[in-house]
Amino acid sequence: MKTVYLDNNATTRVAPEVVEATLPYLQEFYGNPSSMHTFGGQVGAKIREARQQVASLLGADPEEIIFTSCGTESDNTAILSALRTQPGKKRVITSRVEHPAVKALCERLGKEGISVIEISVDKEGNLDLDEYRKNLTPDTAIVSLMWANNETGVIFPIEEAASLAKERGIYVHTDAVQAVGKIPINMKENAIDMLSLSGHKLHAPKGIGVLYVRKGTPFSPFLIGGHQEKGRRGGTENTPYIVALGKATELAASNLQTENTRVRNLRDKLENALIQSVPNSRINGNRTNRLPNTTNISFEFIEGEGILLLMDEFGICASSGSACTSGSLQPSHVLRAMGVPFTMAHGSVRFSLSVYNTEEEIDFVIEKLPPIIARLRELSPYWKEGQAGGVCTTASGNAG
Amino acid sequence: MWEYTDKVKEHFLNPRNVGEIENPDGVAEVGSIACGDALKFTFKLDENNKIKDAKFKTFGCASAIASASALTEMVKGKTLEEARNISNKDIADFLGGLPEEKMHCSVLGQQALEMAIQSVKGAPAPEPGAEIICECFGITDREIEKAIRENGLSTVEQVTNYTKAGGGCGNCHEKIQTIIDRVHASGVPIAPAETKSRLTNLKKIRLIEDVMEREIRPSLQQDGGDIDLIDVVGDRVIVAVRGSCATCPASQATLKGFVETKLRETVAPELIVEEEA
Repeated sequence: MKTVYLDNNATTRVAPEVVEATLPYLQEFYGNPSSMHTFGGQVGAKIREARQQVASLLGADPEEIIFTSCGTESDNTAILSALRTQPGKKRVITSRVEHPAVKALCERLGKEGISVIEISVDKEGNLDLDEYRKNLTPDTAIVSLMWANNETGVIFPIEEAASLAKERGIYVHTDAVQAVGKIPINMKENAIDMLSLSGHKLHAPKGIGVLYVRKGTPFSPFLIGGHQEKGRRGGTENTPYIVALGKATELAASNLQTENTRVRNLRDKLENALIQSVPNSRINGNRTNRLPNTTNISFEFIEGEGILLLMDEFGICASSGSACTSGSLQPSHVLRAMGVPFTMAHGSVRFSLSVYNTEEEIDFVIEKLPPIIARLRELSPYWKEGQAGGVCTTASGNAG
Repeated sequence: MWEYTDKVKEHFLNPRNVGEIENPDGVAEVGSIACGDALKFTFKLDENNKIKDAKFKTFGCASAIASASALTEMVKGKTLEEARNISNKDIADFLGGLPEEKMHCSVLGQQALEMAIQSVKGAPAPEPGAEIICECFGITDREIEKAIRENGLSTVEQVTNYTKAGGGCGNCHEKIQTIIDRVHASGVPIAPAETKSRLTNLKKIRLIEDVMEREIRPSLQQDGGDIDLIDVVGDRVIVAVRGSCATCPASQATLKGFVETKLRETVAPELIVEEEA
């Protein structure tokens, strides 16, 4: 069975070009870049090249790039660094829809006496900028807001948020794990102090990430050890994967146009067709201000896990905000923060595309999914009653 | 991905006895759309008072569907007394086991069965006086005790996996631990649990959501505050206050005097508004 992979916000295929660039650093060039001999030193040179490649994609200077093990490490490092370098400030501002890498850390900090403010979002997932502005108090150590949401793809006005914080002397971190490679980013043109990215979301392997730290930002390392990364992150460099990430960011730069044209068109085709052919369905999130590859669709009166497993029978891979897929008992905190009704929140499916998807694959999903929804609704005790109610809830009036 | 047995997958892909029996002898609706699992279970008796036919409809995940499908197969041909002896563990065993995090699906099936048997005319009356322990999901001490006893549970996490109790705010963990200790210390058989209906009327939830959205939130937002609906458990409307409401000393008065009054006026007079613990 052919796999139709539409779960690229979870992880991505490693690009063949990336595999090719990586292999020599797993095989013959295994030296330690810190070594004095030429054998290790040549690996050091390759790392410098990778650092330059990552910096180019972000509009950053190479020395502003710190290689880490993943997005979660980058997020943790940024927030803890801001608290450690400003011991008098005991307040963190974040949002209600953050990824667990930020959310769970902030919950932990809250228990340790840090005041954590979670800014609300509206029904379309947009950040409440008024509430944000009112909360920018001088005792705030850091603002940490995601650039784009992993579940809905909704993009936050992070550059505006960063300027507002900067005016008040507050540092800003952004979890840009979902945004990098999908929308243009230029750190020369904004006031963001720290930014996290993750390799495996942009066709590099799992286990490599980056924390961008703007020059002049006070910094305290998370991993204490050797002098690697100029003492900002101890631990021998993951040389093959750093090379991989360098290549992947270079590819991402050249694919940015495709993401925003061909991939966007495929995503639009998919969601428009599904919303039209499936009654009682809706798109979650602001449709305009959104990543080009992501759509989050709710199918009322059914539960997401069943949808995923029946799609799996056809080799279609997606994910869901349903509680049952995660082992937690509450549906997605993102959809709940947006006020998505319970009847809709449990039956949400996220499709996230990449440049490797084809129109045939999208047509295949458009053909296979509506009967799956109908089949599960036949099992649902709410379907007949809900249908009789004639309710067709839509976020922005798109449903049919 | 969950590790479902082939039998769970098979019952999910080809569920038996889907539907509703007209003029059933036994009927039960358990669970709620808010908490993500709900089951409507109906059966018909033959002239010898054996279950002749059983049908189900489920809102829930694959294991909830498979558990309900299994239940309908298991009860057919049984007398009410025999059916009453089916435990949630029997349902899970019939399916070759369920992941521990999904055991609450089998508990839901067992609860529906017990409630449907009680709904039959002439069936013994339920035990009165159960106390709600888990406020988030409306789980009673009886349900928790029964799950502990029938499945040999010894930790709070296990109780959550089996009953959902304690899976929301977590405030009841201490109480659950007390029940675990009590059951393990007693060794005395506990009377059959009362199965309390937790089905929240779909229309009621929608109406509450609608009134909150159109009438309540806009007025709170004018003062820089906000409110979220967390859950509806029976007549209890659980909310969380946000923004300036979260720090406002008058927020209790707002909840009772404004939010509750509004909901009672527009939805149902018996509603009680409570803040998320």
